[in-house]
Amino acid sequence: MAIIDIRNLSFSYAGATGPSLSNINLEVEKGEFVVVTGPSGCGKTTLCRCLNGLVPNFYTGELTGEISVCGLDIRRQPTSVLSRHVGLVFQNPENQLFSLTVERDIAFGPENLGLTREETKERVEWALKATGIEDLKDRAPYELSGGQQQRAALASVLAMKPEVMVLDEPTSFLDPRSSLEILGVVAKLNKELGMTVVLVEHRLDLATRHSDRIVVLDKGVVALDGPPRNVYGKQAHLIGIGVPKVTLLFHLLKQDGVKIGKIPVTVEEAEEELRRILAD
Amino acid sequence: MITVENVRYVYPNGNEVLHGVNLHLDDGDFVAIMGENGAGKTTLVKTFNGLLKPTDGRVLIDDVETRRSSVAALARSVGLVFQNPDHQLFCETVGDEVAYSLRNFGYPLDVIERRVRGILETLDLMPYIDSSPFMLSGGERKRVALASVLVWNPKHIVLDEPTIGQDYQQKDRLRNFIVQLNTQRKTVVVVTHDVEFVAECRPRVVLLSRGKIIADGKAEEILSDSTLTERASLLRPQISLLFSSVTGLPHDVIDVFSAKAVINNAIGGRK
Amino acid sequence: MRVFEGFKFSKLQTPIHTMDPRAKFAMIMVVFVISLLFTNVLILIIILLAQIPLIWLGRSIRRWGGSMKGGLFLAGLIFFMNLLTGSTFTYSLAMTIRFLALLSSFSIFFMTTSPDDLGLALEQAHVPYSLCFTFTTAVRLVPTMAVDAQTVIDAQRSRGLELDRGNLLKRIRNYIPILIPLIVSAIRRSIELAEALESRAFGLTSKRQPLIVLRMRKSDYFVTLVSVLLLCLAVWASLYAQLPSIEIPFELPRLW
Repeated sequence: MAIIDIRNLSFSYAGATGPSLSNINLEVEKGEFVVVTGPSGCGKTTLCRCLNGLVPNFYTGELTGEISVCGLDIRRQPTSVLSRHVGLVFQNPENQLFSLTVERDIAFGPENLGLTREETKERVEWALKATGIEDLKDRAPYELSGGQQQRAALASVLAMKPEVMVLDEPTSFLDPRSSLEILGVVAKLNKELGMTVVLVEHRLDLATRHSDRIVVLDKGVVALDGPPRNVYGKQAHLIGIGVPKVTLLFHLLKQDGVKIGKIPVTVEEAEEELRRILAD
Repeated sequence: MITVENVRYVYPNGNEVLHGVNLHLDDGDFVAIMGENGAGKTTLVKTFNGLLKPTDGRVLIDDVETRRSSVAALARSVGLVFQNPDHQLFCETVGDEVAYSLRNFGYPLDVIERRVRGILETLDLMPYIDSSPFMLSGGERKRVALASVLVWNPKHIVLDEPTIGQDYQQKDRLRNFIVQLNTQRKTVVVVTHDVEFVAECRPRVVLLSRGKIIADGKAEEILSDSTLTERASLLRPQISLLFSSVTGLPHDVIDVFSAKAVINNAIGGRK
Repeated sequence: MRVFEGFKFSKLQTPIHTMDPRAKFAMIMVVFVISLLFTNVLILIIILLAQIPLIWLGRSIRRWGGSMKGGLFLAGLIFFMNLLTGSTFTYSLAMTIRFLALLSSFSIFFMTTSPDDLGLALEQAHVPYSLCFTFTTAVRLVPTMAVDAQTVIDAQRSRGLELDRGNLLKRIRNYIPILIPLIVSAIRRSIELAEALESRAFGLTSKRQPLIVLRMRKSDYFVTLVSVLLLCLAVWASLYAQLPSIEIPFELPRLW
């Protein structure tokens, strides 16, 4: 069974005039790296919240349909139980870290799980190593740069040892280089630990290289779902997502009548294709 | 004109954030100030409207030294739009929120009414004139914040990180709007680290790193330079990376449409 | 604003900072009680001055000075209220000094004790975890809110708000455009923080084993012992000893 199984999911926030999600059908297999994107207001954040139970426990409203994550029904389990299986990293690193040292922030989750001191210590060291921030262990989160903070936030969620990692626009507040780095760390976790990743991102130019599946949400429904090459077409552009510039370039060239073999979705693929075109 | 002469700025806690910055902007210039987080970009633009007075050196707005003027007076010619609209929204309606600055500056009521309606029309916010600003979406709140500054028609407009949290269409709209402002001969300064956004507009780029200007010139040249972009914690635009890896192509192309033209030429030339 | 600097924790390595918060608290409580035991202006001055070496050890003289300056307004108020309600000059002075001594002791405590350690101390004293956390989060949010406040002030000033103009009523009204965004900002931050906490199983179990545990060292026990002894000495002195005192013969001219 898929690790994330969503069938006909609809959700309206309490007091809202319309649904935020309408009839979502989505299956994610263990170990996949899925990028979810879409214009503002399309329901990406709501979807993230559904995955770890913040919807409907923290954000109440009307929820219909089926959703099971790691075999658990999110309606029947409190967020505190679901958080052992699904980790959620938010946009703003500042409001996720609240201790005086990175070490204590990372320990927070395991402590809440009631683990022994030794187990917590082990998890903290493992999370520090996995995210490459061992040297920041004793630093205060508010002293760190945005990129370092977001890595610390990632580590603090990682310490829960979830099977699924959900990230809601983690690069929003980061400069380009830090954005590249953090996505690299997430990709490493996916490859080396087999962690299932659901990454909500606008920055498709940075995220595409790590994923072979893009899901585009528009006005609360799944508009497109497939490999980047299939998704980054005219419809995507009309919906208004940030298709990588190289992909856009080659679509335009194709429109101009240039013979394109394979529309590239990364810079590397574009380099290959461009050399071919120019050599012909 | 905005002139920055040898400005040093030291925060009260002793942190020296600007180490001798020199910059000159003519009326109607379109400039992107870029650099890593903590480079001093926001500090620099806060000296433009007098919120921060330089520790050393001076800043002149239209030949008036900022030290000799109040923020309220400088604000009339330098409109600074902050990154997070939630740091300013406080009125019961969008109309009131946008009118706030005009009331502060002492405009008569009929002028206020007219100007508010005008700017709300321009930014597609008229349907919300009587709505509570807190009920709007993130993108709409950002537009309200923009409207509340543009409403008094400042000569120079500074936007601090206007693209954060915006999706592709919103950024497109913003880009078009900036071009419009520029055609009205307004100086537009955008503080950003969104390289692709800058690549599509191709303004003058001022690169700030650790409190010093390390480059000041055309976007095409600066954003194609690996050393400079690395120092400022930026990434080169995808088009630039693409072109530099293929021999025989110009090294200063950073946007999609120019790239298309160059490639079409290269192929067409062969036929 | 300055007075808040005197209560803000800053991470330093000093003997006062590394002291176990429980020992520190005992010390501060003793100062508190002793200040209340005496109305003798000389003794109270000694109590105030005796804290200065501690502040110096904690390398916080400048910030303490800031909080003293900030407290001057209230101190002056206390002085005049006492004088106007018929107390002698000396007594009023004593009350003012007592206020400053109390302010100092709390100032030292908060400047040198991290909110985390405070929370740990409370937790180890078996206060329910959610209460400890609420308390430490509130303390931790103060510097964040201060930065937010400055940003809001900057944003509104950039729209023509002038805080230093107008009569008293106008000046008070001018704070509305600052308070509302600040409150909204605080609420948003709290919600985001709550989401992050929920997502890390906050409240799952009450049997937490914190990674870091406070342990009293020999020096901490020593400080506690000395504090208790001083307390006993002070109690005895207040009851039985003949203490030197002074009376400043100053009288307010009779206004009525």
